Amino acid sequence: MDRLQYLGDVKVDISDIQVVEHDVIVLGAGGAGLRAAIECSMRGLSTGLVCKSLLGKAHTVMAEGGVAAALGNVDSRDHWKVHFRDTMRGGKFLNVWRMAELHAKEAPDRVRELEEWGAVFDRTKAGLINQRNFGGHRYPRLAHVGDRTGLEIIRTLQDHGIHQGIDVYMECTGLDFLKDGDKISGMVAMWRETGRFVIFKAKAAIVATGGGGKAWKITSNSWEYTGDGYGMAYEAGAELMDMEFTQFHPTGMVWPPSVRGTLVTESVRGEGGVLLNSDGKRFMFHNIPDRFADETAETEEETVRWLAGDRDARRPPELLTRDVVARAIRKEVKEGRGSPHGGAFLDIASKRTAEDIQRKLPSMYHQFKVLAELDITTEPMEVGPTLHYFMGGIRVDADSQMSRVPGLFACGECAAGMHGANRLGGNSLSDLLVFGKLSGEGAAKYIEGMTSEPMVDDNQIRSIIRDATDILNRESGENPYLLHEEMEDLMQNCVGIVRTEELLMEGIEGLGKLKESYGKVKASGASQFNPGWHEAIALRNLLITSEAVANAALIRQESRGAHTRVDYPGEQNEWLQYNVVLSKGEDGAMKSEKIERPAPNTELDRIANLSIEEIEAEVTAES
Amino acid sequence: MELRNFRIYRGDSDGGEMMDYQTEVGKGMVVLDVIHRIQAEKANDMAVRWNCKAGKCGSCSVEINGKPKLACMTRMNEYDDDETISIRPIRSFPIMRDLVADVSWNYEQNKRIAPFKPDITKKDSNGDYHMMQKDVDRIQEFRKCIECYLCQNVCHVLRDHDKKDIFVGPRFMIRVAGLDMHPLDTEDRIPDVKDEYGSGMCNITRCCTDVCPEHIQITDNGIIPIKERVVDRYYDPIKWLTRKLMGKSK
Ligand SMILES: Cc1cc2nc3c(=O)[nH]c(=O)nc-3n(C[C@H](O)[C@H](O)[C@H](O)COP(=O)(O)OP(=O)(O)OC[C@H]3O[C@@H](n4cnc5c(N)ncnc54)[C@H](O)[C@@H]3O)c2cc1C
Ligand code: SF4
Ligand code: SF4
Ligand code: FES
Repeated sequence: MDRLQYLGDVKVDISDIQVVEHDVIVLGAGGAGLRAAIECSMRGLSTGLVCKSLLGKAHTVMAEGGVAAALGNVDSRDHWKVHFRDTMRGGKFLNVWRMAELHAKEAPDRVRELEEWGAVFDRTKAGLINQRNFGGHRYPRLAHVGDRTGLEIIRTLQDHGIHQGIDVYMECTGLDFLKDGDKISGMVAMWRETGRFVIFKAKAAIVATGGGGKAWKITSNSWEYTGDGYGMAYEAGAELMDMEFTQFHPTGMVWPPSVRGTLVTESVRGEGGVLLNSDGKRFMFHNIPDRFADETAETEEETVRWLAGDRDARRPPELLTRDVVARAIRKEVKEGRGSPHGGAFLDIASKRTAEDIQRKLPSMYHQFKVLAELDITTEPMEVGPTLHYFMGGIRVDADSQMSRVPGLFACGECAAGMHGANRLGGNSLSDLLVFGKLSGEGAAKYIEGMTSEPMVDDNQIRSIIRDATDILNRESGENPYLLHEEMEDLMQNCVGIVRTEELLMEGIEGLGKLKESYGKVKASGASQFNPGWHEAIALRNLLITSEAVANAALIRQESRGAHTRVDYPGEQNEWLQYNVVLSKGEDGAMKSEKIERPAPNTELDRIANLSIEEIEAEVTAES
Repeated sequence: MELRNFRIYRGDSDGGEMMDYQTEVGKGMVVLDVIHRIQAEKANDMAVRWNCKAGKCGSCSVEINGKPKLACMTRMNEYDDDETISIRPIRSFPIMRDLVADVSWNYEQNKRIAPFKPDITKKDSNGDYHMMQKDVDRIQEFRKCIECYLCQNVCHVLRDHDKKDIFVGPRFMIRVAGLDMHPLDTEDRIPDVKDEYGSGMCNITRCCTDVCPEHIQITDNGIIPIKERVVDRYYDPIKWLTRKLMGKSK
């Protein structure tokens, strides 16, 4: 029996454990991890790619709507500056300026590169990559393939990557990083099938583990999203930033109960879908923030012209940023104008022909047909907010993607900075590609500059393994599934879409109790493919993630983007100058700090603050 | 909520058995929900693969009452109230544990297929390629594949005769078809299709097409045209040559 090997205080015999050596180890094989691994490999590094699921099944595969890039194929007025401006405005100006700049500038090349590697995007009439409208984007900007863009991207990267000499370790869970002094020297992981451990020796590690939505009850995220990257990086000494900004996507399914939270893509609204309350009113017209009033349609008639392609018509209010739409739906429900199961109605049936809907939104059609027995070409859907995305994450340098721990890099959803207080739809897939590549570059440069090879420390390895095996070896203890359920309820109720000091304090207190119980968690069964054990291991990271979100949310006394404090309504200028940063203190407790943001570069500041007329005139003059 | 009966395979590569479970089934539940419920209530260590819960990732392939299906897209109300539902792992691949099969063989096949090689002279001065929607419609159909391997599971070549060393199976036949029909691709894979990927092994029973959750016309739109290209090349060279001279046979 495997577990006997590690019983009680018996010394862990490290010489028995599999050891693998690479220059760089990439943790996570979604779009970000794959793109990072391809870059490392192209630069001649021996690269190991580790993922919890099978290759090709990461969250990226579920992305539907598209990837944002100012290609200008549908509206030639598009330009990186406009994309940058939209991103900053969507992020309520809290984005790391340099990251938003790099992203807007490099996204078009990253998308073209995918085509070079075999991706087949939908085409315009002229035969170019087609682009669709999405919330917060001024022009049709999302390159897409029907409503399965993520699948196209992950499969393209996967099919390209397997020929680049990358070694892939599937169904292998990273547990913790190893360090030599302050530098990364490797990682301990566990094969999910056998429960056996494996030591990765590496000069650098790139974290690309995605978010942590599984801390909430209603989420679009799968079991994989337990914030492992946050937990592991935090334990290794990295900082987490902007954790209070958790995006609630306005349109998740609300019925039947078993699919509550499953995403309904924003493309439904991009293709003309409208939100209605139980009185049949398009309530979004009454929820337009001042900042966006100039750029949003005032009447239904104007939205009809917009949908027909009239370039002078403004965008429908349903396509306002996600934070705005999610709060508006919540308000309708709270005030008694919700749909039968506590959401709003999303109607595309009366706006598009059945044929159009099936062609543009095939997987949505299929999803509702099978899971809700509802035909979206004839009936409205019921939708409500669902926890979807983490804007915050591991704090990294904007150009190299390195955290404050030498040799530890992060990219994709698990990294902070690019999206500020709120992410625009479609800006994640592009983020994965742009920063996946840059983190590969960053790691290559870091390794090039290394003078000595970092060593792994046996004591660190032993302690990581002991923490994991203790969960199995305890005589009795807390059930990990029940602890997880408690956490979901707590986060849903106390750290939800609207927050108050009282609720947050209650949440933090509850998390404290959960942490105590976690010290006694016990999984039954053996170590082979044991979901209870895996769940228990992930809980540590989910607890760190939740604690970081709750603490950061308590500190930020304003409402900005995805973070809404009813006791501190509205954006406060003073708070624009700070990020909340969390790290592990010397006493082992979580340390929260307000850190001053560097002033923006004047040119970027100028661009972001231009009016839409000014910026359009400027880019037209340039081209 | 009502109490329903299930039989679920429990075991590993050394063998196992169907075990009986009972659990409550509520409105709108799919088979994957049932599995999760049993896992949480009665069998914490029962292994099952899943990710998206919406038919997008192809992780949750199992056999339900003998039919290969995605557990997350199979609703409980497809079955009679008094029916006992049996769930077991897909059969063409070795069992790892409980409902999880070892599908790594498929990843090996994909590696054997020569990757996409675009004609870079077709790029315009902006770095863009031009392709018309109607010219990519048919390859986009193949690219809907979520790699659930249900088609691989039912193909009798891979299943009954264990001819895995001579046939890559329907999933990879459409992967090849998608590359070969790509308007920009320049690689010639036809010799490999015949000699390495074993196109001759398929006798067009269409079982693969019947189970594909993405409704890809695997046989008619993918395998048959590829088989024809092999025939043209090796048995009707004139036709092949004419096509070649007229431009690549896309
Ligand atoms: C339903 C849905 C629809 C979406 N639609 C869009 C869209 O249209 N446009 C858009 O831009 N964005 C969209 N998003 C967001 C976007 O898909 C994600 O933010 C993005 O895919 C994250 O990519 P990633 O590479 O950072 O991580 P992921 O793709 O989530 O990959 C994470 C990887 O890390 C691995 N991992 C995690 N922990 C460990 C561990 N401990 N050990 C080993 N491996 C580990 C996982 O196995 C996985 O391989 C959508 C998200 C969802 C859920
Ligand atoms: S049609 Fe061919 S590939 Fe498909 S199941 Fe039959 S023999 Fe296998
Ligand atoms: S072709 Fe269809 S059945 Fe086969 S793996 Fe792909 S999606 Fe599954
Ligand atoms: S869980 Fe993704 S297809 Fe079933």
